[in-house]
Amino acid sequence: MTASHDVVLVGGGGAGLRAAIAIAEINPRLRIAVVSKVYPMRSHTVSAEGGAAAVISEDDSLDEHAYDTISGGDWMCDQDAVEAFVTEAPQELLRLEHWGCPWSRTPEGRVAVRSFGGMKNKRTWFAADKTGFHMLHTLFQTSLKYTSVVRYDEWFVTKLLIDDGRVQGVVAIELMSGKIQPILAKAVILCTGGCGRLFPFTTNASIKNGDGMALAYSAGAPLKDMEFVQYHPTGLPFTGILITEAARSEGGWLVNKDGYRYLQDYDLGTPEPKPVLRSMELGPRDRLSQAFIKEVEKGRAIDGPYGAVVHLDLRHLGSKVIDAKIPFVRELCRKYQNIDPVTEMIPVRPVIHYIMGGVHTDIDGATPLAGLYAAGEVACVSINGANRLGSNSLTELLVFGARAGRAAAEYASSQPDPNSSLLAQAEDEERRLERDFLHKTDGVERPATIRTEMQETMEQATGIYRSGEELTEAADRLRELQGRFRNVAVQDSSRTFNTELTTVLELSSMLDVAESIVHSALRREESRGAHQRTDFTDRDDERFLAHSLIYRNSDGSSRVEYLPVTITRWPPGERVYGR
Amino acid sequence: MDDYITMQVARYRPEDEDEPTFEEYEVPCHKEWVVLDGLNYIKDQLDGTLSFRWSCRMGICGSCGMTVNGEPKLTCAAFLTDYAPGPVRLEPMENFPVVRDLVVEMTDFMEKLTTIKPWIVRDEERPLAEGEYRQTPEELSKYKQYSMCINCMLCYAACPVYGLDPEFLGPAAIALAQRYNLDSRDQGSAERLDLLSLHEGIWACTFVGECTKVCPKDVDPAGAIQRYKLDAALTSLKDFLLPWGAR
Repeated sequence: MTASHDVVLVGGGGAGLRAAIAIAEINPRLRIAVVSKVYPMRSHTVSAEGGAAAVISEDDSLDEHAYDTISGGDWMCDQDAVEAFVTEAPQELLRLEHWGCPWSRTPEGRVAVRSFGGMKNKRTWFAADKTGFHMLHTLFQTSLKYTSVVRYDEWFVTKLLIDDGRVQGVVAIELMSGKIQPILAKAVILCTGGCGRLFPFTTNASIKNGDGMALAYSAGAPLKDMEFVQYHPTGLPFTGILITEAARSEGGWLVNKDGYRYLQDYDLGTPEPKPVLRSMELGPRDRLSQAFIKEVEKGRAIDGPYGAVVHLDLRHLGSKVIDAKIPFVRELCRKYQNIDPVTEMIPVRPVIHYIMGGVHTDIDGATPLAGLYAAGEVACVSINGANRLGSNSLTELLVFGARAGRAAAEYASSQPDPNSSLLAQAEDEERRLERDFLHKTDGVERPATIRTEMQETMEQATGIYRSGEELTEAADRLRELQGRFRNVAVQDSSRTFNTELTTVLELSSMLDVAESIVHSALRREESRGAHQRTDFTDRDDERFLAHSLIYRNSDGSSRVEYLPVTITRWPPGERVYGR
Repeated sequence: MDDYITMQVARYRPEDEDEPTFEEYEVPCHKEWVVLDGLNYIKDQLDGTLSFRWSCRMGICGSCGMTVNGEPKLTCAAFLTDYAPGPVRLEPMENFPVVRDLVVEMTDFMEKLTTIKPWIVRDEERPLAEGEYRQTPEELSKYKQYSMCINCMLCYAACPVYGLDPEFLGPAAIALAQRYNLDSRDQGSAERLDLLSLHEGIWACTFVGECTKVCPKDVDPAGAIQRYKLDAALTSLKDFLLPWGAR
């Protein structure tokens, strides 16, 4: 008997679980399935540290949160989406409080907030510095009480099923048995997260391969603003483990080899002993990462075994503040870097952290493909524009997870049962997986070799600063790697928990997403937010106050179109920090 | 030239062999490398057929628990140099059925998780318009420790009782029940206590304390279980003395 549901969620992280609960609450009769390649509590939401933004204080306002987000995004955000986001953010975080999330508290028992980069007021809710972990476990545990939610744990989705112009399910591999089967649905929501693993040095978990982006892209849905990739300014060298921005909001300093707070040289304000909002170490991530490159060029960084670093100095905070507010920072530094931030400075360098782009959706998470929705990092609504502010993404999972859930529930309620002709498509997909991978004996290219070359290409061409020349070379290189991928060798032909098969399928997704980033970046001949071109150094609102939409053509090539940014109340202006 | 270390890795491919075997691989023993890096080196460079789970590589997703030289460990937090000169012996976690190589089956735990009702139980839900529940830092600290569990399963691998009696709810599930019981927003402790007082709930634990020793997040499940037993004993004593109900 073929599995069939009303709504299938691909991915069981923050966005997927929030969407599942939203659907279960709206209409308990809808049959919901969460299909995830890992157990939901392993999802990468778990690694988020610093917090989740929503206006709660009386001296704060929704307009200020909106303005910070829009200016932080260098005016690439759709302002109607941002307004919906900041308006719904407080109730979403409050709902999580009611579900048991252990938010850190004031002495009076109210939810506490901390400052965060690019935010003019304190509005970041936090659960010490394991906010994503607590949010994810709260959502997962709460989801267990809804009997209409069934889970396909450790099922790997390989294809979207489309008939009659409508997405009507997926094909997935059950990892434990190796069974390949269709899971039909009236609507599908992609909640698969980002694609940091396209790069060699990233905070992202090994599961972040752009799977959902590639599924949508292959099915004909456009990817939006893929050129905007975020470097977080403070990663540990070698591992890429994130040292949260909260370390700076609690008062940490970034210093160069002379012990000098170098951000003052980059139009980010003047150094004060205590943190100042929207200034210096609390500037936006794109500007801080760019300042790092400039320091390296000036010879003022510190040489380390894994390249240049600067220092994050927390020593003046003392062990009491560190243990109370950022204990995970201390735990990670001790366990993985063998240093104690109470007495030593932390070596850090910018690290790939997040992609602002993603599957093109409207304000309700709907993609242009009927029946297909997306929410969370996989999607681009867009509220993050050209540079996301820290602590907006955890809130985004909730606001747009819930919105996508509600929209998909309404859509699914009006749809007929999935078409039985989809089963033939699913059989074709099984044959493709067998022919191209499981039963293939003549492959010669090692997957890890292709992956490493792709990662080096991406770091070289789509780093903090880019040029047309390097992007063109990268496009050629990726085309060559796509060719070599057709010759990939799969040693493992077994059905039981075949992680080489999933590795190769992930690599296939990553190559597609990598090409979409490079081509989108090549076409954007301006510098804005996280996309800095050395050959086009200024922002060009005349030509590029527009989202890029990249489509895949049937011959495998791509085309880029542009969609104007929605401006409601905040006309494009200068981004001002620290003055 | 780099130093190398021998990794002896348990292999089990149920389609091809009836029982596990060991294979040896030589991997570089870099100062920064953890056991998981060694496994990835094997998978990428030496033998693509080796299967294991991993994800975050920062000790928070709970995926990469295995038996390292006889001890349950998160392999992302176990440095290779600590095992020099080797060999390092890698096996799947104990007390679980093995699916393949280093991958164990944990559906039993996933089912047990739901039975302890790990969510806030309220007689009446507070409307969102009324804002947050007040919870002081002291109230938060009562359950915070038990909320830190990453479900890595090391405590089940270390628990001799779970090894003998798979019906036993086990350390992480009981600690999680306690996490909600001690939360000032929750009103479900009586329901959970009834459930946990059953044989396979808390009484099976003989307080070996191995769970607390292996926990990478200092959750102290053994403490949670002991405290639960005390609560259960007091409750049944009260039931006996005050049968008209004072709990």
